Amino acid sequence: MSRKASVNKGLYDYDRGEDRIFIRYKCCQINTIQDVLRQRPGWVEVKDDEEWDFNWCDVGWLRENFDHSYMEEHVRINHFRNHYELTRKNLMVKNLNRYRKTIEREVGHMEVSKCDFFPYTFALPSEYHLFVEEFKRSPGSTWIMKPVAKSQGKGIFLFRKLKDIMDWKKNGTHSEDQKEGAPVESYVAQRYIENPYLINGRKFDLRVYVLVTSYVPLKAWLYRDGFARFSNTRFSLNSIDDKYMHLTNVAVQKTAPDYDPEKGCKWQMQQLRRYLTAKHGREKVETLFEEMDNIFVRSLQSVQKVIINDKHSFELYGYDILLDQNLKPWLIEVNASPSHTPSCQEDYEMKCRLLEDTLNVVDMEGRLNGWEKRVGGYDLMWNDGPVFKEDLNLETFGSTCFTVNTHLGCVNDREKHLRRQRLLRPFPGQKTT
Amino acid sequence: MDEGTELCVTIGQIVQRLKGTHLHSQIERQAKECLHQPDIRLESLKEDVRSFLRTSGWERRLQNAVYRELHVQLPPSHPAAPPEHLKEPLAYMRKAQASWEKRVLKSLNSMSSELGVPLARRRPTLEQKELTNKWNEMGTDEPDLSRFRPVYAPKDFLEVLISLRNPNHDSSEEVSVRSHWGLIQIPLNVRDVPQLRRAYSELNMATGQLGIDDHAHVHPDLFESEYIQVGKKVVSEQDSAAAQQYSRQGCPTELRADLWALILNSTNQPQDVMHYEQLKAGVIQHDLLVDNLIYKDVKLTASNDDYYFVFEDFLYQVLLCFSRDTAVLDHFKYNSATPPKSYMEGKESGDDCAVVYPPNGVIPFHGFSMYVAPLCFLYNEPSKLYSVFREMYIRYFFRLHSISSSQSGIVSLCLQFERLLQTHLPQLFYHLRQIGAQPLRIAFKWMVRAFSGYLSTDQLLLLWDRILGYDSLEIVAVLAAAVFAFRSENLMEVTSLASAEAVLADLSTLKVMPLIQIFLFATAI
Repeated sequence: MSRKASVNKGLYDYDRGEDRIFIRYKCCQINTIQDVLRQRPGWVEVKDDEEWDFNWCDVGWLRENFDHSYMEEHVRINHFRNHYELTRKNLMVKNLNRYRKTIEREVGHMEVSKCDFFPYTFALPSEYHLFVEEFKRSPGSTWIMKPVAKSQGKGIFLFRKLKDIMDWKKNGTHSEDQKEGAPVESYVAQRYIENPYLINGRKFDLRVYVLVTSYVPLKAWLYRDGFARFSNTRFSLNSIDDKYMHLTNVAVQKTAPDYDPEKGCKWQMQQLRRYLTAKHGREKVETLFEEMDNIFVRSLQSVQKVIINDKHSFELYGYDILLDQNLKPWLIEVNASPSHTPSCQEDYEMKCRLLEDTLNVVDMEGRLNGWEKRVGGYDLMWNDGPVFKEDLNLETFGSTCFTVNTHLGCVNDREKHLRRQRLLRPFPGQKTT
Repeated sequence: MDEGTELCVTIGQIVQRLKGTHLHSQIERQAKECLHQPDIRLESLKEDVRSFLRTSGWERRLQNAVYRELHVQLPPSHPAAPPEHLKEPLAYMRKAQASWEKRVLKSLNSMSSELGVPLARRRPTLEQKELTNKWNEMGTDEPDLSRFRPVYAPKDFLEVLISLRNPNHDSSEEVSVRSHWGLIQIPLNVRDVPQLRRAYSELNMATGQLGIDDHAHVHPDLFESEYIQVGKKVVSEQDSAAAQQYSRQGCPTELRADLWALILNSTNQPQDVMHYEQLKAGVIQHDLLVDNLIYKDVKLTASNDDYYFVFEDFLYQVLLCFSRDTAVLDHFKYNSATPPKSYMEGKESGDDCAVVYPPNGVIPFHGFSMYVAPLCFLYNEPSKLYSVFREMYIRYFFRLHSISSSQSGIVSLCLQFERLLQTHLPQLFYHLRQIGAQPLRIAFKWMVRAFSGYLSTDQLLLLWDRILGYDSLEIVAVLAAAVFAFRSENLMEVTSLASAEAVLADLSTLKVMPLIQIFLFATAI
């Protein structure tokens, strides 16, 4: 039986309750995604040499194999070939800066202010002189040095004096990178946000999930769940050596001496949204979330022209956002392989839902009609243009108040919605017409 | 005493209490200053001053203060009644409360002597300085608390309540269908569903509610938008009574902090801030044994909670000050409890050498910090947070851990819970009883904490909206029964106390208002 031909007809027939076809998947990661794939009806894991319809790979595999693999039309893989244009800190900044200049040139000053969502960042050593210029323009400011290709907070430190960089270079603390053959431009220096929004003295950042199924035209989905990661220690600018205080990655927190695994370091996005609404009122918080939508869309637009828009690719990004005291969101970075290692049971369940819904959107089973604005916990945020909650029809035509179709931090009643869309098994005895 | 005399006495009491308060002097000063205004005429002086006070909002503030006094005033009583009758009219309850207090104090004293830690000591200057620097991050301190044990846990208190007996009531009849199956064997009058329906009529299905009608799939124009507009108006009018009535249908997230402060008349005036600063100075100067109990409690409960761990520092800042606040002693006039006394070291035991310990008369128990934790969501200025918490404690929370016959007291709540369950879910109650899983044993811990730490924060706040709105803790008992009703199918299948506990272990996904509404208004009577 030709697998290609049957894919589009839908694979699991809930009405008849039979498996009509299998989806062969390859997955080299051993955490939540494995569980989700294994439990999906009709999906079967294949071994290394066999053919696959779906591949959830890590970036290493991608680098080595993508260019040599021939993929049939229906095949899907979870990365874009050159995703690093968005996820490598130095490249992201380069693309954002170029995008910003284009906007300024083509549209004007008003629009440009909407692109001011990332702090000054310079790639070292190539932009060292530009960095020094900006550094001198704001004396006494704090900067953060980040390795471009590392994750989980490795290799990061804060500094206030140029001397600190000299010392760091001399000490050769990054010599291990050199040994690994890391590219020359391996660090970025970024202006540290000195007035982060604190909750009871603690700093936190936000992790938000954005799924991109196509860059040209740009189609992006925003997941309703997400979380705020808290630093275990109280924030103060006095001790910039205390990296545990400034970095909020759960991975870093786990190594801190006073880390208590019993203590939760995370709040669900819904919890945070409610807290902020109670403190600042609905309008301010809605503005904040609109500004975040703006960050997601514009960051994707900035790499739209450079990303190789392979029809087989889709990608789930983990956006790291920091809020400052004025409730302005700042883009810190974008992750192509957001950690799916759960920190606790609740976290595991949330990540399962996220991954299940990702697979629902990718729709290997061919069950969606393509007009959906919502799939499970995902809301379609951008589809070659903004997507609005309200349907465009004769009645709403001419109306000026449209709201963007995003619900970050709102109620995620995905199961109800999935059942309605027939993407989840119906309840026993429930008629499915 | 007839109604007219009663009213006179009440008015007299309130005037007495408000005389000499800061509000009194402020209004006096305002009245004097307004005499300079051109529209105040000598012929109609009284009316003009009154109308000035009305338009400038001072009359409203006075109204709010009077309204507040009505909440904390002593119940009406016979002129010859001794003060302890005002605290608690039933003698056997007073006795039980007194002996419980003795036990608790004994436990505290023996902890003090065993561990060699004094009940109170003055801090050396260096320590004072350190604490002042660390005031905003006391949570980072990791004192050795392993030797300290909580003075008591809710389950110890439950045993005391179970053993309560009215000596005038013969409860020795055989257990039958008509007798009470539960653990509380006291004949108190508690309201059943028909009476609750009348009392809580705003919760019925025809009235819009926050927690139900603000749900995602309900269009905001049907209820929510207008309700929020009304709420904004209530806040701008600064009317306590209106805020309390409004709260019955729930408070919108963005208005809740203001509404609760209004209902509790927590105005956070400069003198309140000063009072808080004085308490803070007291904490810096003296170290109390109960401070360690507070630290331990926060570390064991709030710090381990997914929602509240962030607020650890606030909790210390509030609870340590609370322990030293002698203004709290006022509420013992209507609390069946009596503040414990201790004797200063080296002095002869005699009443003049006895001091109240801790200064506010409240010994914290395991879980006490959970009364404060949800409030951190609404207020982040310590003095405001403190004054709201203190008012909530002296109006409501104290009733959850003292033995009294009050309708909002924990004894009544337990009895009400059991009666509601027995009347409306007899099969379930009987089943649980048979397998040795008395429902109260599971529900007690929820009720003692008014569900704090068991529900998700947004749901908890919706519940506390109604506690404030109806000025009663009854809703806590109703919710406990409603939870059992909701999970009754699963509970019918269990065969042991442990499995019953497991079914009811996680309440974090429950939506309280639909549960309460269905239990009160959809249960067949």
